[in-house]
Amino acid sequence: MSTTTHSTANYLKIFYILLALTIVEVTIVYLHLPKLLLVGLLMILAVWKAALVAMHFMHLKFEKKTLSIVAIIPFVLCVFLILMLLPDIFPR
Amino acid sequence: MSEAAVAVHTGVEPAETPLTPESWGKLGMWLFLAGDAMSFGCLIVGYGILRHKSLTWPVPAAVLGINLTAIMTFLLIVSSVTMVMGLAAIQDNDKARFKKFMGFTILGGLIFLGLQAYEWTHLIGHTLPEHNLSFSKDLFATTFFVLTGFHGMHVTGGVIYNTSVLAAVSRGRYQAKHVEIAGLYWHFVDLVWILIFTFVYLI
Repeated sequence: MSTTTHSTANYLKIFYILLALTIVEVTIVYLHLPKLLLVGLLMILAVWKAALVAMHFMHLKFEKKTLSIVAIIPFVLCVFLILMLLPDIFPR
Repeated sequence: MSEAAVAVHTGVEPAETPLTPESWGKLGMWLFLAGDAMSFGCLIVGYGILRHKSLTWPVPAAVLGINLTAIMTFLLIVSSVTMVMGLAAIQDNDKARFKKFMGFTILGGLIFLGLQAYEWTHLIGHTLPEHNLSFSKDLFATTFFVLTGFHGMHVTGGVIYNTSVLAAVSRGRYQAKHVEIAGLYWHFVDLVWILIFTFVYLI
């Protein structure tokens, strides 16, 4: 922890945000929104929560920027995986 | 292991790591987690494609108990918070506070596993037969058990890992940097659950 000290207040703040986002997620499932809107909203919320955990709890925000490349590569590869499988998902 | 032990005794790291100057172990854990993320990524992408192609996929919320799993999500988030609190404690050289928070973290993981065992038992015994679904013939059930099971194994591993870290710190063999590495793994398990909770239960 050479660069920053991590205050417990900050951790608690992140915890409350994560808690609030989880409640929002569960609530919108019960709202009977249009399917596409619901899926879009849930994906945004999930990625938001995952990013909060990685950035603050896993300290990615306070590490050297290059380490983020290690963290991002799996997601890039997953996008490639989906692209490669597109012919199977939408066959002619 | 022997290299690390030497480093602890002499206070000298073998060489400085370019990405994580604190320790090599931290970079190692990040690389492992990147690989592990790909395993989960493949499973989740596969799940998404199977579900997209399926004509008879049930609405998950109608079969799976969302309220129980929302509590499980809450538990994992709380145990992540107690983990960082424990890390903050040992960085302040407060071992007693560290042990308390690490104990809570381990307890959170154990309760999570207990709830998952209860959920699985209930699904296999009651809910799935009621909906005319079975583990072996419906991809809905298969993908569910593979994804949550793979994650559950990670939680089990995390509980064992955290317990051994707690024991090693108590005996004075591990310091804050080791706790930080264990924390990375535990938060990753939490992060993956956030995604699984969304993709498998909510969507």
